[in-house]
Amino acid sequence: MRKNWISYPYIVWMIIFIVVPLLLVVFYSVTVVTDNGLTFTLEFYKRFFQPVYIKVLIRSIVLALISTLICLLIGYPVALILAGKGFSRKNSLILLFVIPMWMNFLLRTYAWLTLLEKNGLINTLLSWFGIKPLSLLYTSEAVVLGMVYNFLPFMVLPIYSVLSKIDRSVIEAAEDLGANSYKVFTKIIFPLSLPGVMSGITMVFMPAVTTFVISRLLGGGQFTLIGNLIDRQFTTVGDWNFGSALSVVMMILILISMAIMSRYDKDREGSALL
Amino acid sequence: MKDFLKRFYVFLIFAFLYAPIIVLIIFSFNDSKSRGNWSGFTLKWYRQLFHDQQIMNALYYTIIVAVVSSLVATVIGTAAAIGIHNMNKFKKAVIMNITYLPVMNPDIVTGISLMILFIFLRMELGFITLLLSHITFNIPYVILSVLPKLRQLNKHMYEAALDLGATPLYAYRKVILPQIMPGVITGLLLAFTLSLDDFIISFFTTGSGVANLSIVVYSMARRGISPKINALSTLMFVSVLLLLIIVNRRTSKDNNGKRRRHA
Repeated sequence: MRKNWISYPYIVWMIIFIVVPLLLVVFYSVTVVTDNGLTFTLEFYKRFFQPVYIKVLIRSIVLALISTLICLLIGYPVALILAGKGFSRKNSLILLFVIPMWMNFLLRTYAWLTLLEKNGLINTLLSWFGIKPLSLLYTSEAVVLGMVYNFLPFMVLPIYSVLSKIDRSVIEAAEDLGANSYKVFTKIIFPLSLPGVMSGITMVFMPAVTTFVISRLLGGGQFTLIGNLIDRQFTTVGDWNFGSALSVVMMILILISMAIMSRYDKDREGSALL
Repeated sequence: MKDFLKRFYVFLIFAFLYAPIIVLIIFSFNDSKSRGNWSGFTLKWYRQLFHDQQIMNALYYTIIVAVVSSLVATVIGTAAAIGIHNMNKFKKAVIMNITYLPVMNPDIVTGISLMILFIFLRMELGFITLLLSHITFNIPYVILSVLPKLRQLNKHMYEAALDLGATPLYAYRKVILPQIMPGVITGLLLAFTLSLDDFIISFFTTGSGVANLSIVVYSMARRGISPKINALSTLMFVSVLLLLIIVNRRTSKDNNGKRRRHA
C-alpha cells in the first residue's frame, strides 16, 4: 500500500484553497498600493492599536469570557449529574444535548430574537403580571445570552465524556479512606475532569470570541465585536487591508488561546497530531 | 430529595435549550403576525413560504450545493485519507496539520480568505465559488471520518489479496473499500449536514443573487421578524433532526461493532 499519489488531488486542493488564501490575507495585511506600486507597511496593524479598536477587542474578549464562565457554571453540574449513576437512558439524554448543536445556529439565534423583542413572548408573559415591557433585546446581556445558549452543549459534552470515564473504584477508595463527598469532589473528581473542562472552555471561547452573527442580531449593531469589525471591512467599507490585518489578529488570538489550553490538555494534543 | 433536585436541574437546562425552538415552531402556525398572542391555527405562512421565489431559489441552491459538495468532498477526502494513511510520520504530520486548519480556524477567517482568493483570481462570486468553498471545508471532515476506519484495517488482508492474484486496483475495490465504507458514508452525511447548515463561509463566498437558506434567514432577520422565517425554521429543524437521527444510528452501530470486535 505505497500509493501516496491518490492523496495528491487533495494536497493540491488544500494548497490552492486553504494555504494560498491565508497567505493572501497576511499579504494584504502588510501591503498597501501607493503611486509607486506595492509597498510594505504596518499601518493597518498600527491602526488596530487605536483606542476605538482596542476597545472592540477587549469587549469581544470580555463578553466571550463571561459567556464561557456562565457556560462552565451551568454546564459542569449538568455533566456531573448526567455522568453520575441514577440516570437511565443516558445516551438519549446526551443526544438531546447534541441535537441543538446540529441545528442551524442562525435559527437558534433567531429564536431568541422572537422571544426577546419588544412585543415578543417574554414581554407578553410579563404584561400578564402587570410588568411593563422591558427592552431585553439589543443589550449586552442579550448577546451573552445568545452565546451561552448557542455554545452550552460544547461545554457539557467534553466534560461529560471525561467524567464518565473516571474509574469508579478511585472514588470508592477515597470514600473508604474517609473522605466526605466535598473532599471527593475537590480532590478527585474535579482534578480528573480538568482535561474536559479545558476543552469545553476552548470550544466555547473560540466561537464566542469570533462571532459576528449573535452580536449583529441580538446586539443590534450597537455591540460591535471583532467579528463585526471584520465583516464590515469586507462587506460595507471595502477596506480589505485593514480587514485582513484584523483577521490576522483574530487568528493570533485563537492560536494563543489554543496554546494556553493545550498546555493543560495533553490528551487532545496527541490526538490532533494523530 | 437530592435526586429530585438533580432531575429538576437537568429538566431546567433542557427547557432552556428547547423552549425557544418549540416556541418558534408553535408560532409558525399562528394566524396573527404578532408573536405575543395566539390567534388561531393556520398554514398560511407555509403556503406563502412555498410561493416565495427568493426562498425557493435559496432552497434549490442549498440542496444542490450540499449534494454536489458532499459527493466531491467524499471522493477527494477518501482518496486523500488512503494516501495519508500510507505516508511516513513526518509527511503525515504536515498534511494533518493543514487538514486541521479549516477545522480550527474561525469560520469568518476561512470565509474572507476564500473571498479574497476568488476576487484575486477574478472569479465572479456566485454558485461556483460557493460550491468550491463548501467542498474545501467539507474535505477535512471526510478525512477525519475515514482515517480511523483505515487504522482499524488488517494490512495483511490487502497483501493476501495481491498474493492471490488481485491487481492493486481490484484489491482496493474488493478488500479495502468495503471495510472503510461505514467511515466513508459517515463522512458523506457529515459533509452534507455541514454544508446544509453553513452560514458564515457561504455569506462571504457567494454573490450575484445566489444565496442559501441561512443567508436568506440572516438577511430577513436583520430586517425584522416574519412568520415565514418561523415556518422555514420549522422545516429546516425537522430535516436536520431526521438527518441527525440517521447519522446517529450509523455511528452507534459502528461503535457497537467496534465493541464487539474488542470483546
